[in-house]
Amino acid sequence: MTSLAALIRRDIKIALRVGGGALIGVLFFLTVTVLMPFAIGPDLALLTRLGPAILWLGALLASLLTLDRLFTADHEDGSLDLILMGRTPLELACAAKALAHWIAAGVPLIAATPVLGLLLNLDAEATSAVALTLLVGTPALTFTGMIGAALAVTLHRGGLLLAVLVLPLSIPVLIFGVAASQAAITGPMSFGTPFSILCALSLVSLVVGPFAAAASLRHGLD
Amino acid sequence: MTLIDLANPTKFLSLTARALPWLAGATAILLLIGFYQAAMAPDDYQQGATAKIMFVHVPNAWLAMFVWGVMSIAALGTLVWRHPLADVAAKAATPIGAAFTFLALVTGSLWGRPMWGTYWEWDARMTSVLILFLMYLSLMALWRAVDDPSRAARAAAVLTLVGALNLPIIKFSVDWWNTLHQPAAVLRLGGTSLDKAFLIPLLVMAVGFSLLFVTLHLAAMRNEILRRRVRSLQMMQASQQAA
Repeated sequence: MTSLAALIRRDIKIALRVGGGALIGVLFFLTVTVLMPFAIGPDLALLTRLGPAILWLGALLASLLTLDRLFTADHEDGSLDLILMGRTPLELACAAKALAHWIAAGVPLIAATPVLGLLLNLDAEATSAVALTLLVGTPALTFTGMIGAALAVTLHRGGLLLAVLVLPLSIPVLIFGVAASQAAITGPMSFGTPFSILCALSLVSLVVGPFAAAASLRHGLD
Repeated sequence: MTLIDLANPTKFLSLTARALPWLAGATAILLLIGFYQAAMAPDDYQQGATAKIMFVHVPNAWLAMFVWGVMSIAALGTLVWRHPLADVAAKAATPIGAAFTFLALVTGSLWGRPMWGTYWEWDARMTSVLILFLMYLSLMALWRAVDDPSRAARAAAVLTLVGALNLPIIKFSVDWWNTLHQPAAVLRLGGTSLDKAFLIPLLVMAVGFSLLFVTLHLAAMRNEILRRRVRSLQMMQASQQAA
């Protein structure tokens, strides 16, 4: 247990320090959100309507951008080999790394949501709905994205390949994340249904992600 | 004759060399009969001759999903049983599956133009088949990203299995998303059960297309084995020249 805690603490520290790049995700999120009105036009009513979708897309792309670093840095300096050889089960180590990544790169995105909501003319209730759905939805993005990151590191490829592999898998999260936010803001539909399915998706990815990532690391890095 | 006997590529090659002409012949005969029957089938009372696209569309859509199943079994073969031909089977199946998915999309779209008045409708089924197509393409991109085939095989196997787990979830999400956005806007090809005049040609076509897949798959596997042999011979030659 202590080794997992140490791993989490180490990963968070590395991510937040100079060269870590976790906070670049937030900057990217901000930039994408700011770009949207230039494409759509400064129509505030339209932005309100599209706001949750824009925020979700921005968060999805931002979390994808930082995922690239989840295993590559450790692979470059050799610590991934130590994790592979260590006595801690690789599945748990992967889960710990993903958790650390979510805390370092995912939570700042959620924290930035209220500010970005202001730019998109979302009221307090709508913004909190989006932030809440991001809070339960981004773990699913991180944990399914981890599979793509593990595949990419075994192949010494990152970037675009990772995006192509991961994005189709994140469609359900996007659907239910945006639907739950919309339901909270306008919808005739209840907020509970899509929200609970979103939670379920996160829980499923919590189980599937570490096993698939560990399998691909184990088979790929020998 | 078990699966393990096929583990020897040379045995596999000689066996498939004997089986392939028969398979190809059976495919050609079945597809000819199927196309003839489909052409002779009566026009649908509502849709006219357009409904006949179904005879090509449905087998392709069925194979689009079936091929992913074949690839998942091959992926298990790669990761669990370490069957030497499993990754060849998976690699050979991927472009064929993508092609069937593409044909299902195209035929569906051609049918949709006169029926729905649009080539593309964000209908639940079409959308999930489109996502299936995207996943086939991403799998092909993964195969092409690495030059070492065994390394690529294991990565592709993991992705195939993750996809097999995820596809039902995606299907469910898209269905849900679709009913949310456009409830019952799309007319469907009758809720009524299919008449025999349509059912028999459809079944013949389905079997014919499945045989087509088996034939193409075996031929593609042979090509892949031969391609790898050529590659290793070239490597040997290069290393001899270097020495």
